[in-house]
Amino acid sequence: MSSEIKQILTTDGIPLEVSLKKAERKNKIKAFLLVAPLLLFLIITYVFPIGDMLFRSIDDKMVTQMLPKTFKAMENWDGQELPDEEVFAAFHEDFIKLVEDKREGKLSTQLNYTKNGFKSIIKKLRRASKKFEEGNYKEQIMAVHKRWADVEYWRAIQRRAPEFTGQKYLKGMDMYVNEEGKIVSVEEDRRIHRVLWLRTLEIAFFVTVFCFLMAYPIAHLLATLPMKYSNLLMICVLLPFWTSLLVRTASWMILLQQQGIVNDFFVGIGLVADDNRPEMMYNKTGSYVAMTQILLPFMVLPLYSVMKTISPSLMRAGKSLGGTPFVAFWKVYFPLTIPGIGAGCLLVFILAIGYYITPALVGGASGTLISNQIAFHMKSTLDWSFASAMGLMLLSGVLVIYWLYNKIVGIDNIKLG
Amino acid sequence: MALPKYTEPHYRIWHYIYLTICGAVFFFLIAPLFVIFPLSFNAEEFLSFSDGMKSLDPDAFSLRWYKDMIYGTKNPWGLAAKNSFIIAIFATIGSVILGTVAALGLSSRHMPYKGLIMAVLISPMIVPLIISGVAIFFFMAKAGLAATHTGIVLAHIILGTPFVVITVTATLSGFDHSVTRAAASLGSDPVNTFMKITLPLILPGVISGGLFAFVTSFDEVVVVLFLAGLENTTIPIQMWTGLREQLSPTILAVATCLIILSTLILVTAELLRRRSERLRGINR
Repeated sequence: MSSEIKQILTTDGIPLEVSLKKAERKNKIKAFLLVAPLLLFLIITYVFPIGDMLFRSIDDKMVTQMLPKTFKAMENWDGQELPDEEVFAAFHEDFIKLVEDKREGKLSTQLNYTKNGFKSIIKKLRRASKKFEEGNYKEQIMAVHKRWADVEYWRAIQRRAPEFTGQKYLKGMDMYVNEEGKIVSVEEDRRIHRVLWLRTLEIAFFVTVFCFLMAYPIAHLLATLPMKYSNLLMICVLLPFWTSLLVRTASWMILLQQQGIVNDFFVGIGLVADDNRPEMMYNKTGSYVAMTQILLPFMVLPLYSVMKTISPSLMRAGKSLGGTPFVAFWKVYFPLTIPGIGAGCLLVFILAIGYYITPALVGGASGTLISNQIAFHMKSTLDWSFASAMGLMLLSGVLVIYWLYNKIVGIDNIKLG
Repeated sequence: MALPKYTEPHYRIWHYIYLTICGAVFFFLIAPLFVIFPLSFNAEEFLSFSDGMKSLDPDAFSLRWYKDMIYGTKNPWGLAAKNSFIIAIFATIGSVILGTVAALGLSSRHMPYKGLIMAVLISPMIVPLIISGVAIFFFMAKAGLAATHTGIVLAHIILGTPFVVITVTATLSGFDHSVTRAAASLGSDPVNTFMKITLPLILPGVISGGLFAFVTSFDEVVVVLFLAGLENTTIPIQMWTGLREQLSPTILAVATCLIILSTLILVTAELLRRRSERLRGINR
């Protein structure tokens, strides 16, 4: 019987199933076409460039391309003793070409990253190479400076042969590959990046905690007050939220300076002596205070939107069943606000971990974060590959946190107040 | 929030402690903004209250920093304000168009890979600004758009669209799709339906998304720091330079103007939010 069931046809004779699928596909394409312009725009201008950062951070072609013949000749070298004439001759040939293109300066900068001491010997080699005679380059080069006769320096050159390297990532963790090819940490007093990573985490963590402690009571008040009062108080949260970040930072700079209002107040109530005003800006305190105030609305708004949905009768029920107000709060109200707490904390933490402007202005040397280091390498040292590597390390941290956010709260629950 | 009469004394005390804490936090949030106001009218060059100001002596107040902001020699604020407005307006238009159209697609129940695409579309909001700045700078440098208005506008469109996508998607979530079907059954073509039916209904969401995009662009400094040349200086850039080099009261005059602007935007956004909730039938 079953084989005899006739397919249902539409009026123009096409099976209904096919026709429906076609309509469905058409709708899908229509919906996708609406999203396509923005998606394409973002992929080209935003997603690819982030991929480009990844490429830049591991790209090490520069030296590879500057010394092609040398690296070819080095393939047969075991790295134990000084390379033979073939390598020296190839190096000489590459080097002469670089001098002609006036690019030997770049080579010396690059090689100096790998091992200190290349700058001067390359300069000497350039001068000497003008008088080189043909043949027996090994002896002629070795005669320029004793470091050219040191096998360590040739090993350093050989380490730059691969086109890709992870050394920028190691540098971001204050590590490097030593002469034996092992990954080791730099000396204790030069571990600036680890200090910065830890400080960034520490400041982001405590700013989140402070924000939470301050936001919870006021979000609760806003959610329980009658509408006409809460709307008025909401302005206190929303006005800072909409005000320029720089304006808010500027006001903290005025408040926290040594002759500023906060210090005046402390002196006024006799907490500190007039000639012994504490330094509250250009250090960690500055970063903490300003960042907490600036990020507070991002904690209040998600908490408020969750608390708004909790019916007050639940607390009354808890109390009527014999709980004291504190027990009722802890057992009934608090667990219901956990989604809001998660959203607020992760939002504030993600924002704080990538903060740049405020720490740069009020943080001084001891209050700056990893973002400031990234900007420093982008704008001052122009070591863009290092800036990219650190940016991506930061980004992967944020993505992990974001993944947690998505697990706990869900991406669709982002609320903008 | 009056307490009922039967409240026991220690809960009463606890309640007042709670209110005091709330008051302190509100003060912490809002007070810093109000410090800027009086100081911008300072007659002297200092950034603290002079004795004259404390005793409300009229001579201690003046408009000199506002005059300096507008007429000062070698004054960067005029150019900066012009650039800021031009960039923010174009960035807002771009964000609103791209974002609204994308939100329409995303809200369709036929949309494939919704979660993934949504994640890409709002990623500029989640990735730390400094990383966005580096990435966008690399792109603009390659495209030859560094230190141009176009480059900055494009960068701000990237940063502004997530807000539009989110607000418009939220508005569309309460949207009754039968009205568009009704329009179609009465013979209206899709473009006409959108202009006459859909757009007016989602307009509050579109405008509040646009406001977010505008503020984002107007206030944005990290990405512009990487992209801008001398010609493309904006108000945030000038404030950043000023705050780093020397805090002059002129900056406070500018800051006061910015606070007034943000108050206006806040009021508009609040009114729109309420209207949108009314239109979507959310009654509280």
